[in-house]
Amino acid sequence: MTAFHDSISAPRQASAKAARSHRNTLSTRDRMMGVLVPLVLLAIWELAAQLGWIDVRFFPAPSNVAKAMFTSLRSGELLTNTEATLQRLVLGFVLGGLPGLAVGILMGVYRPLRLIFDPLIAATYPIPKSAILPLILLIFGLGESSKVVMVAIGAFYPIAINTTSGVREISPIYFDVGRNFNASRWDIFRTVALPGALPFIMTGAKLGAGLGLILISIAEMMGAKTGLGYMIWSAWETFDVEQMYVGLFVVSLIGYLLTVLFNELERRVVPWKGASK
Amino acid sequence: MTHASSLNIVRSGAEVSPGAASAPVKIRVDGLTRRYDGMTVLDDVTFDIADGKFCCVVGPSGCGKTTLLRILAGLDTATSGSVSVRNPAPGVPGNSVVFQGDSIFPWMTVWDNAAYGLKMRRVHQSQIRSTVGHFLDQTGLTKFAHMYPHQLSGGMRQRVSIARAFANDAEILLMDEPFSALDEQNKTILQDELLRIWEEHRKTVVFITHSVDEAVTLGDQIIVMTAQPGRIKKIIDVPLQRPRNVVELRHDRRYGEIVYEIWGHLRDEVEKARQR
Repeated sequence: MTAFHDSISAPRQASAKAARSHRNTLSTRDRMMGVLVPLVLLAIWELAAQLGWIDVRFFPAPSNVAKAMFTSLRSGELLTNTEATLQRLVLGFVLGGLPGLAVGILMGVYRPLRLIFDPLIAATYPIPKSAILPLILLIFGLGESSKVVMVAIGAFYPIAINTTSGVREISPIYFDVGRNFNASRWDIFRTVALPGALPFIMTGAKLGAGLGLILISIAEMMGAKTGLGYMIWSAWETFDVEQMYVGLFVVSLIGYLLTVLFNELERRVVPWKGASK
Repeated sequence: MTHASSLNIVRSGAEVSPGAASAPVKIRVDGLTRRYDGMTVLDDVTFDIADGKFCCVVGPSGCGKTTLLRILAGLDTATSGSVSVRNPAPGVPGNSVVFQGDSIFPWMTVWDNAAYGLKMRRVHQSQIRSTVGHFLDQTGLTKFAHMYPHQLSGGMRQRVSIARAFANDAEILLMDEPFSALDEQNKTILQDELLRIWEEHRKTVVFITHSVDEAVTLGDQIIVMTAQPGRIKKIIDVPLQRPRNVVELRHDRRYGEIVYEIWGHLRDEVEKARQR
């Protein structure tokens, strides 16, 4: 009997391993391309700026941007601003994401709640979040809270919407299993709805973090005294184009690192993914 | 339309099933009817299952077999009629279902899937370890305990589902065509394993199948159902001795006779179902 088990499962494992290593070699090459292409583009840019092919008032040479970045780092300005932005981003993401997760799961599980909240979300979701910034400033003032609220709003929608779809996508048989095996209501949330919706929740979290970063940059341009958005805006006011590029570079770096972080997190919390039929 | 509660728990011992050899009745299904939007799925279904018996329900597709099982499991309610379970043992769950198709959680390892019922009942950790360990061993899953379902074949996944139901130690096991998606060889192996594990404790089983061979191989008692609406056509006792060997059984002359007899009852029903 044991021999029989082996003969069924061994080829599956072997082929899965082969597929994985195949993917790995591919992704190593992809990663090389991912590094190489931007480097080549930067080199072309540098050359074009040095030779005067492009207007360095708008497109300063990358080497000058790097110099500005170094100065900004030494003065501590860059770190202070980056820290302020990251702090708002993390706080806003948590404050918007957790309610988004809770509302999403409840809407996915309970039809009446879905009927109540779905039209509300459908009606408010398409409003450009940047357009409600003045209103948020009016309500929450010019301090920290208005910035955090902007990020929270950005994180809430994609997470709530994706979580709801995630729960709705779970095959009803798993809820039957929960009921049949004496799972309490809380157990069903914990062991069926939440883990079953995790792949969708991760997608929502990635979108929410990205939207949060966009919104915090905009929010910091209005009535803030710290943050990368503020740094970019004040660089414009003083026509310090290099500094503006430094701000843009750090914002995009944060965006990139967030993607890396969430992909890694996804790999850890959704180890069964890629298997769903 | 009376809306009967689907499960009555009756505590009395004396009743004896008329068919089976003097074992007390465990499950009594009385006048069970289920209608969905005016369509009758189950019509006045009445039968008894004696304690510790393996009962198979066969019938053409769409005869309400799965509905019957869902009502027995408490996942659906009867329109009228009743299901009663006699002498429930205190402290153990009423029933555990082995569902049709993939029902083990893709997000849990084999071990966590098999331990699910015990964990939900907050059984002591050491008890979970020994019980789950035992049933994974019985189903040949020990080496796969830390794998996820997508790493297993269909047959292995169904073993996990069986281990989960047995480990929960419920009084009654309800199985809804658990092997219907498997190939012939795997099906035979799993039937054999199922009988072996069942012999340990001989819980009362209701096993839904569309396969006459499977019903005769596994069952003590076979309930043949009519095409929609599902009614009871015939209840047949299978006098083949236990423990049974799934392959050797086919040699037995009585096996062929019973299969032939059931086909006699089923033929018209299958024909009717096809013409619909």
